Amino acid sequence: MTLLARRLLAAALALGLAPLLPLALSPPGARADTPPDSLLIATQIDDLVSLDPAEIFEFSGADAANNIYDTLVAFDPRDLGPLVGGIAERWSLEADGRTYRFKLREGLRFHSGNPVTAEDAVFSLRRAILLQQTPSFILAQFGFTAENLDETITSDGPHDLTLRVDKPYAPSFFLTCLTATIGAVVDKQTVLANEQDGDLGHNWLKTHSAGSGAYRLRVWKPNELYALDANPDYWRQRPAMRRVFVRHIAESTTQRLLLEKGDTDIARNLSPEDIEALAGRPGLKVEEDLKGPLLYLAMNQKHPILGKPPVVEAIKHLIDYDGLARTLLRGQFVPHQAFLPKTYLGALDEQPYALDVAKARALLAEAGLAEGFAITLSVRNVPERLQIAQSLQSTFGQAGIEVALRSGTAKQVLTSYRARKHELLLGTWGPDYPDPHTNADTFAHNPDNSDAAGLTGKLMWRNAWDDPTLSAMTEAALLERDAETRAALYREVQRRLQRQGPFAIMFQQNIQSAMRDSVEGFVTGGAVANSFYWTVTK
Amino acid sequence: MAPRAGAGRAIALAARLLISLAATFFGLLLVTFLIARVVPIDPVIAVVGEQASPETVAAAVRELGLDKPLWQQFAIYLGKVLQGDFGTSVLTARPVLEDIARVFPATLELATLATFLGVLIGLPLGVLAAVKQGRWPDHLIRLLGLFGYSMPVFWLGLMALLVFYGQLGWTAGPGRLDVFYEDLVPSVTGVILLDAALAGDWEVFGNALSHLILPAGVLAAYALAYIARMTRSLMLEQLGQEYITTARAKGISEARIVWRHALGNALVPLITVIALSYAFLLEGSVLTEIVFAWPGLGSYITNALLSADMNAVLGGTIVVGAVFIGINLLSDLLYRLVDPRAR
Repeated sequence: MTLLARRLLAAALALGLAPLLPLALSPPGARADTPPDSLLIATQIDDLVSLDPAEIFEFSGADAANNIYDTLVAFDPRDLGPLVGGIAERWSLEADGRTYRFKLREGLRFHSGNPVTAEDAVFSLRRAILLQQTPSFILAQFGFTAENLDETITSDGPHDLTLRVDKPYAPSFFLTCLTATIGAVVDKQTVLANEQDGDLGHNWLKTHSAGSGAYRLRVWKPNELYALDANPDYWRQRPAMRRVFVRHIAESTTQRLLLEKGDTDIARNLSPEDIEALAGRPGLKVEEDLKGPLLYLAMNQKHPILGKPPVVEAIKHLIDYDGLARTLLRGQFVPHQAFLPKTYLGALDEQPYALDVAKARALLAEAGLAEGFAITLSVRNVPERLQIAQSLQSTFGQAGIEVALRSGTAKQVLTSYRARKHELLLGTWGPDYPDPHTNADTFAHNPDNSDAAGLTGKLMWRNAWDDPTLSAMTEAALLERDAETRAALYREVQRRLQRQGPFAIMFQQNIQSAMRDSVEGFVTGGAVANSFYWTVTK
Repeated sequence: MAPRAGAGRAIALAARLLISLAATFFGLLLVTFLIARVVPIDPVIAVVGEQASPETVAAAVRELGLDKPLWQQFAIYLGKVLQGDFGTSVLTARPVLEDIARVFPATLELATLATFLGVLIGLPLGVLAAVKQGRWPDHLIRLLGLFGYSMPVFWLGLMALLVFYGQLGWTAGPGRLDVFYEDLVPSVTGVILLDAALAGDWEVFGNALSHLILPAGVLAAYALAYIARMTRSLMLEQLGQEYITTARAKGISEARIVWRHALGNALVPLITVIALSYAFLLEGSVLTEIVFAWPGLGSYITNALLSADMNAVLGGTIVVGAVFIGINLLSDLLYRLVDPRAR
């Protein structure tokens, strides 16, 4: 070694690492717990691509927006049932069934200090339509178009807003859609001050906030964290947590470690193993909440064998619902056999199917298939799905149905599904907005079953199931003005689909949030809403 | 005439170097571009989503320029890259270059400390093993090397976290900083240690170092094993040469023979070994980054790849390629510096 190199090495030793080791190895701040006025959440936020409410269509983004923005009407975090006023204090529907008049609360202010007015609401809803981002269909389905905005979304004074929809839809349908993130009211003045090339502030709002909600965005680093500062003047209540940090931690074990060490208050993506390991640990607790995504098995009615009703029914009896839930899904999905997730208006709790091989055999014999048959099952090539598919393969085998798995990437599976080329398919479906129509429209509405119709967005069409009665029932439910009657109609639609439809709906997602037991009031919003941070105390 | 000839040679050398650099970069761009175009991932779906109508898809294809012939797409891409425009990431909705400027310093910080630790410990261990060849220190060091080399990094990372953070509480946990230290020092270089030192904020510095030491230690275990093994074999080769026997016959001290003569000569190929190990770490160690929630280049490229975010994949790959080229160039230069014959 040259003298120079040796000197360099010695200098590096002396100046570099050695004196720093004690600094690095001392526990930072030796903190046993997070500060009492800050909330730390370890979760996965790699789905977060934008914080503009006109664009947000991912879970993480919707969680953030739910705390940054207010909507005209909202779900009450303490009771996710009936809708309550948000920025709108009250509203009425005119006799035509199409004109909604909203009276906005007075004295509300955006984080910027600007007052919240009807003009901001008009701007926000028009902006959502004009920007044509993915979730814009949630509003556009009521007939709002770029051409008619001047007549359909208007203000008649600083606190009076009028919205005109194109048909006399069920009021619960329209109002519930306004609770979706796309219905968030943004600060017109601030957003327009940051407009670039007529983009209505879209580019700026992707990474900034301009709301009136309980929190304002302090910083967002993609795939790393976002931090929120409380709005002390929030009209609902002053948030107890002054700051909220939501950190992206991909690994379940790492999340668990942070929780056990007291470096996070809540861990949201623990594996069943980690949840079980935490059970009974002093100072920690696990809270569960049912969310919207469903796991289901689809049976293409174009297939000559799957097109026989007894075969469809037999297959529904060949799924080990309880066994799968107990051994494989372990609390992350729970058995549920209807297309509306629990907590939705009109959700149906009946579970008529259980694993019954003898009954399935009898049904197959009735269809002239006592010897069984061979069929393929399309499935995404991710471990959890493949394991479920293998369980199906095994129980189907008990009745002589020989299942060949056809695994592929999400895109491959989806491509053949949309082209109606699958046989059996293991799929998931997440509702797009918190009204029952979102799922009824896809599972139970197929006005034209021809190939040419190309209704690829509808699962009923993808599985080539033609049932005009069911489609008519779904259409009727959409226009039913009385919420109770409407709920009853959806229960009927679900029962009919449960009995005859080409779907074996199996499970509903259940999330398990592990947290320090001092954390109270963390509401993850059920299947209809998103997470609330402003309700948390600790 | 001599100085002018020397200057001429230097210019010619620099020109050759530049041309070869340009050619390598062009090749890198071409190959990454072609690979990105032939992989069975549809970039349009990534942009417009799965439920998009055929019209939206067609508009996106036009907007992305995917309807043009391949060579034309490449020419457009090349033109943009030369202007520093790598496009926008679908995943983060930000310019790819801005993303890379954010994630690369995290990887740089990690890889540099890991390599530093690897050389600091691995090199003397390798020398020691060679000198004590066949005796217990040699066996122990080789066993350690084997251990470091064959442990799955994911497992080692989790164990390190469990022991040093979870049980002993000696180091900070995952991430680059405790969240409360976020944004306390202005980001100048993106390397938090440097930024904190520049701002004179030693509390942030200590916190960052406490977060860094564990993942860097895990990566260093691999670098160390590789460097120690290579040092050992290179040293053994040197120690068996005749000039060593001559030196011993001349009565030169053993320490001088080992550290000056043998290591001096082994250093030349070792530079390449260390450079390669550094370059490898600079690609970003995806698994280490996942375990330690480290927002580096490795997880950025992996996420992008899984989401068919082709602009980000291309940008990230080009940066990795450029790092390789840069480090190769650097080790070539160092080579010339250390070995008089190469001048």
